[in-house]
Amino acid sequence: MPNSLTESISLILSLDKDLIDITLLTLRITLSSLTLSIIIGLPIGTLLGLSRHIPARGFIMAFLYTGMGLPPVVVGLVVFILLSRSGPMGHLEWLFSPNAMILAQTIIALPIIVGLTMASTGSTHPSLPQQVTSLGATKLQTAITILSESKYGLLAAIAATYGRIVAEVGAVLLVGGNIETKTRVLTTAIVLETRKGAFGFALGLGLILLTITFVANIILLRFGNWNNDQR
Amino acid sequence: MINDNNQLLYNINNLHQIYNGRTILNINHLSIYKQEILAIVGPNGAGKSTLLRILNFLEAAHNGQIYFDGESIEKTPSIHTIRKVAMMFQNPQLLNKSVRSNIEYGLKLRGKRSNELVLQETLKNVGLNQYAQNKVSSLSGGELQRVAIARTLILNTKALLLDEPTSNLDPYNTDLIEQLIRTHHKLHKSTIVLVTHNLHQARRLAHRCALLLDGNLIEISSTKDFFEKPNDKRVSEFIHGKIIY
Ligand SMILES: Nc1ncnc2c1ncn2[C@@H]1O[C@H](COP(=O)(O)OP(=O)(O)OP(=O)(O)O)[C@@H](O)[C@H]1O
Ligand SMILES: [Mg+2]
Repeated sequence: MPNSLTESISLILSLDKDLIDITLLTLRITLSSLTLSIIIGLPIGTLLGLSRHIPARGFIMAFLYTGMGLPPVVVGLVVFILLSRSGPMGHLEWLFSPNAMILAQTIIALPIIVGLTMASTGSTHPSLPQQVTSLGATKLQTAITILSESKYGLLAAIAATYGRIVAEVGAVLLVGGNIETKTRVLTTAIVLETRKGAFGFALGLGLILLTITFVANIILLRFGNWNNDQR
Repeated sequence: MINDNNQLLYNINNLHQIYNGRTILNINHLSIYKQEILAIVGPNGAGKSTLLRILNFLEAAHNGQIYFDGESIEKTPSIHTIRKVAMMFQNPQLLNKSVRSNIEYGLKLRGKRSNELVLQETLKNVGLNQYAQNKVSSLSGGELQRVAIARTLILNTKALLLDEPTSNLDPYNTDLIEQLIRTHHKLHKSTIVLVTHNLHQARRLAHRCALLLDGNLIEISSTKDFFEKPNDKRVSEFIHGKIIY
């Protein structure tokens, strides 16, 4: 084991081309999924968080919290069926492509980002929307104010979502197929290298994966402190 | 009285508010004159805050006709109309920012740059000039309330709705805020509706006073008449602290 660790570190330091390709592809796919989830999930979560009087609220929350624990392989399986040649989305020919992986990751991420956004915007004071409206806020300005008041909760939501996306392996393996240079990402490469017994390479990939998550969180935290108070 | 309509800022008829099948407000008629200070008093749960929310168009009444500034108010009036009114809530929620940003907030929403002089003046008026950069999370209850007053007054709206603006203040600051309300009124000729449990305050500030009881407008008359010779005996009972409900 110590051998594989030194091997992995030297691999990273030598900037092995395969390693760089896999890392770049991983970043491309996960950041696309994250962006999509934020674009779709943040507005929905905010809307749900602010509509405190909808009757099905409890049901929606139970549904979302269940969705947070959605087994990725099951999502992968469903997306696989949807995208397979005879499936309803077969004509897109997305199976075993990065698009399929982005689709699966977005589905896995959505309940998390919607649920956590709903929770953090919903925990602002119930009369806050009326109070800011009274001060002259339009509907959009009200939503922006509520989002900015729930900033820390939202950053946590985004961090949790990215963590889940980047660590995911079951679904991307199924719908991506782990094809070299095309759909091989860090997690699926780790599975493969481990099976081959190339522990050093696998560990190196694991270290990079951890680094990505770490850097992403640092960026998010900086974002939280930055512009703390616009004057 | 209803004839000289251009004297009225609000002209309200047949107003009902119903929550979960319970009637909270039942007001046959209420007119509020331009540039008057009207105090609304009444026991807890009478519907005072609910009435203010309706006057600010934050919630639609169950039914009733509301004329405001010559305009018939529909279910959701335009932002332009809403911006003619500003309210200080009974439990003001400030934004998690500095005192200064909170006070500027309403101006920024309107796309107005805040004038440094006006801002300093406002801060000084509420005795918070030393606190401009402080986060509101570090303020005391009374200081928070003064920030809330300042952020509402600075907007210079036609109508100003104040829901128990001095409930958390010590005598010195109560006096400070009462003077501030008086000066603001003199300077900007705004219409002020003041909800208060402090009858002395109502007497000191208001031109007219109204008693709201269980959602009903019992009496509305000049402050002098209200306190010295009310028409309804429930008014004198309320003034003298005899429990009605
Ligand atoms: N959103 C709501 N849903 C149901 N009932 C409500 C709601 N808001 C207020 N009420 C009820 O309406 C009644 C009037 O409330 P309101 O806050 O207007 O009273 P108030 O005169 O301002 O009392 P206080 O002096 O205690 O502030 C109360 O009985 C209250 O419980
Ligand atoms: Mg009240």
